[in-house]
Amino acid sequence: MSAIDTVKTDNKLPIESFYDVMRRQGISRRSFIKYCSLTATALGLGPSFVGKIAYAMENKPRIPVLWLHGLECTCCSESFIRSAHPLAKDVVLSMISLDYDDTIMAAAGDQAEAIIEETIQKYDGNFILAVEGNTPLNQDGMSCIIAGKPFHHQIEKVAKHCKAIISWGSCASWGCVQAARPNPTQATPTHKLITDKPIIKVPGCPPIAEVMTGVITYMLTFEKMPSLDRQGRPKMFYSQRIHDKCYRRPHFDAGQFVEEFDDENAKKGYCLYKVGCKGPTTYNACSTIRWNDGTSFPIQAGHGCIGCSEDGFWDKGSFYDRLTDVHGFGVEGDADEIGGAVALATGAVIAAHAAASALKSAKTNQENTKGE
Amino acid sequence: MSIIKTPNGYTLDNSGKRIVVDPVTRIEGHMRCEVNVDNNNVIQNAVSTGTMWRGLEVILKGRDPRDAWAFTERICGVCTGTHALTSVRAVEDALKIQIPENANSIRNIMQLNLQVHDHLVHFYHLHALDWVNPVNALSADPKKTSALAQSISSWHKSSPGYFKDIQTRLKKFVESGQLGPFKNGYWTSKAYKLPAEADLMAVAHYLEALDFQKEIVKVHTIYGGKNPHPNWLVGGVPCAINMDGNMAAGAPINMERLNKVSSIIEQSIEFVNKVYIPDLTAIASFYKTWTYGGGLSGKNVMSYGDIPENANDWSADNLLLPRGAIIGGDLSTVHEVDVRDPEQVQEFVDHSWYQYPDNAKGLHPWDGITEPNYELGAKAKGTKTNIKEIDESAKYSWIKAPRWRGHAMEVGPLARYIVGYAKGMPAIKEPVDKLLTDLGLPVSALFSTLGRTAARGLEASYCADLMQHFQKKLIANIKNGDTSTANMEKWEPSTWPKNVKGVGTTEAPRGALGHWVKIKDTKIDNYQCVVPTTWNGSPRDAQGNIGAFEASLMGTKVEKADEPVEILRTLHSFDPCLACSTHVMSEEGEELINVKVR
Repeated sequence: MSAIDTVKTDNKLPIESFYDVMRRQGISRRSFIKYCSLTATALGLGPSFVGKIAYAMENKPRIPVLWLHGLECTCCSESFIRSAHPLAKDVVLSMISLDYDDTIMAAAGDQAEAIIEETIQKYDGNFILAVEGNTPLNQDGMSCIIAGKPFHHQIEKVAKHCKAIISWGSCASWGCVQAARPNPTQATPTHKLITDKPIIKVPGCPPIAEVMTGVITYMLTFEKMPSLDRQGRPKMFYSQRIHDKCYRRPHFDAGQFVEEFDDENAKKGYCLYKVGCKGPTTYNACSTIRWNDGTSFPIQAGHGCIGCSEDGFWDKGSFYDRLTDVHGFGVEGDADEIGGAVALATGAVIAAHAAASALKSAKTNQENTKGE
Repeated sequence: MSIIKTPNGYTLDNSGKRIVVDPVTRIEGHMRCEVNVDNNNVIQNAVSTGTMWRGLEVILKGRDPRDAWAFTERICGVCTGTHALTSVRAVEDALKIQIPENANSIRNIMQLNLQVHDHLVHFYHLHALDWVNPVNALSADPKKTSALAQSISSWHKSSPGYFKDIQTRLKKFVESGQLGPFKNGYWTSKAYKLPAEADLMAVAHYLEALDFQKEIVKVHTIYGGKNPHPNWLVGGVPCAINMDGNMAAGAPINMERLNKVSSIIEQSIEFVNKVYIPDLTAIASFYKTWTYGGGLSGKNVMSYGDIPENANDWSADNLLLPRGAIIGGDLSTVHEVDVRDPEQVQEFVDHSWYQYPDNAKGLHPWDGITEPNYELGAKAKGTKTNIKEIDESAKYSWIKAPRWRGHAMEVGPLARYIVGYAKGMPAIKEPVDKLLTDLGLPVSALFSTLGRTAARGLEASYCADLMQHFQKKLIANIKNGDTSTANMEKWEPSTWPKNVKGVGTTEAPRGALGHWVKIKDTKIDNYQCVVPTTWNGSPRDAQGNIGAFEASLMGTKVEKADEPVEILRTLHSFDPCLACSTHVMSEEGEELINVKVR
């Protein structure tokens, strides 16, 4: 037992429970009880259970999270601390118990590794494993060493005892940069290593901060896993392409394109498709939620999307190559429906659409001119 | 057991008790440290091991050089953007591309923004817990804390009620029994010297800085689209400027965007000067007798220089962060550094998990080879996949050993400040002299763990001011009618020569960073990065010179062997970035031993 475990203060304060957190966030007692009633109904339980649910929520400890780091660049952690709502501070102090995260934890060496043992003993089957980075299997697994041993020992041990896994970012979800051809360390994403636990993939290099905290708060608030698409990504954030909600979409439809960086069309904010934008094939929330508290996103800042939340995006040609595999129309299909179809579509489709858009635009212009 | 005298002036004795710290936490990436202490718990031998390796350079081979920035940016998400900038510079150098003034200003703003953000986050969230004891903060008097805060700064969040609220929240957190990131810290260690009130003030600022850092990076979001990992462009920057033309509102840069950046820069200057610097000075005043950790800083330091005032001019006089090398602690001579010279920068692998055809010879990065060779020495304890003790007489790290003219060098904010001080740059010398005077310390006090931490803080302040300088310069240039942001003359690979090579350098937050690229038939033929933590975290070389991490731990007294807060303190003062230092990989990588776990 460490020193801090034994600290005593004169006025014993209650544990900050889920209820406290809700209250602090401005939710009234009345709303809280209503929430408990709805939960009871949703679970098919009678009114007598409302009190029990309320009691549990008022007294429930924060769920422990062990956040492991494999081969990665720490951009996911950096993104996480950028969260504006909720603040990263509030997530760490009041919502979860981030008991292991070697990027920020005070403990090191044996004291750090002891926390893993303790959590497994105390919360077996009842904690979340968050994975940042991936697991190398070449070099005897020793291209990522934790406490003298290969990282895969650590992740496999923790995964065995966890309740569910969050794969943060494209490294844990797909493999990302160190798994790009020829993947010299045989960097392996979580789901290919751990096959017997629920895994939520939150891809992106990194994922958007508010998407990361959104996934966590959804699970805490609604006490369930978010709905996932076929690839294991939360539908709430990954069911639409960047292109579908891009503020430059009307320029695509009108056939107005940036031909070269810093040309006149770039200054007007025209569509970046011709300079390589991967928005039409990338499922993410960048064009809706945007980055860093809604400040901007890559396309708004003048560079095409590089598709960083897609599997294998490093190996799909240059970031400046024009996409040749895009559907031109429709915002209705989600990733599941379109899925494989995207890969089958030919360059002709997008080219035809671009041409059609240009024609339509020319026609409209003509009509407008006539009207004047 | 042996006693070894190193050419760079250290006596290594590994006969005493061995302490192993693995993982070293609160760093970027994975690292292990082993030391031997004598009967008085003084470190007599230090061994630092990079414990991760990712292989990005081989992945780059055969790719479009215009894409390289995105790959290399993913070397590190903490110093996000600095590798990307180094990469576009290397490619532009190879292809002889000149960038517009506006692109230079915007790139400088983004690089300086990173310095400010990274230094702030390092101080509060990676380093502070080596000096600040949050448990002790529970016994602070909020009124006295308020008085202390108001005595050192005019920062507005300083009322007794404010500190009381923070303390209450901290108490609740501790009482919950779920201590999260503070669990298992060395909180009973006598190494913590702050009074409770200073601890409480620092905890409050730990939380404030966590809230504020997310604002700083919005400059990257505006000019680069996102953070971490903003977007860059060979030839300039991707953010076109449209001040009052049609559709300016949807353009990357317009009046509203410029205003937002200017506002964030002002807030950053205020936060650094009213919170970071006063905290740094206050904390330092309680630790100024803790003079350990100087290591190589009093001997050999180096910086490549960065932040060109005018675009495309790499002469030393045009760089606002200095270039030069100091050898043997002789501040009267600043040696010129030329990263193109094959005799100057060389990497050795005698003690690294790689092999060369001729191990005794160092290689310049343009001709670099990186063939992995993971093996433990005969005296190592444990097994190949369960290391108990490293054998430092053999290969022992995934980090190579770079040397400048054969010397092990320290790089980073302190190195830059020593070079700048030696050059007599007023923007560097004056704040250093002021801080030393305020603390009543001589110049030699700089060569220490605390000196490293102080230089980082002063640099954050300098960089925040420079950010404002370039933002004003950008606006003035636009006012003069220049809205150009990218030079696209050589964008098409068909315009490129068949065989070219280039080098790009920056001063990353952690120190001198260089990328060397060879382009053949429009594709990357060879790509090598020598990064700050490769210099600082370097293992021994064939001559036995120890690197900066190891040197800095020598002679340090550890109060309690099983709570080595002193080791963490000094290692953290370098802000180690292991993902950066250990990304290298050879063309032959795919032939390695392969183990399947499932």
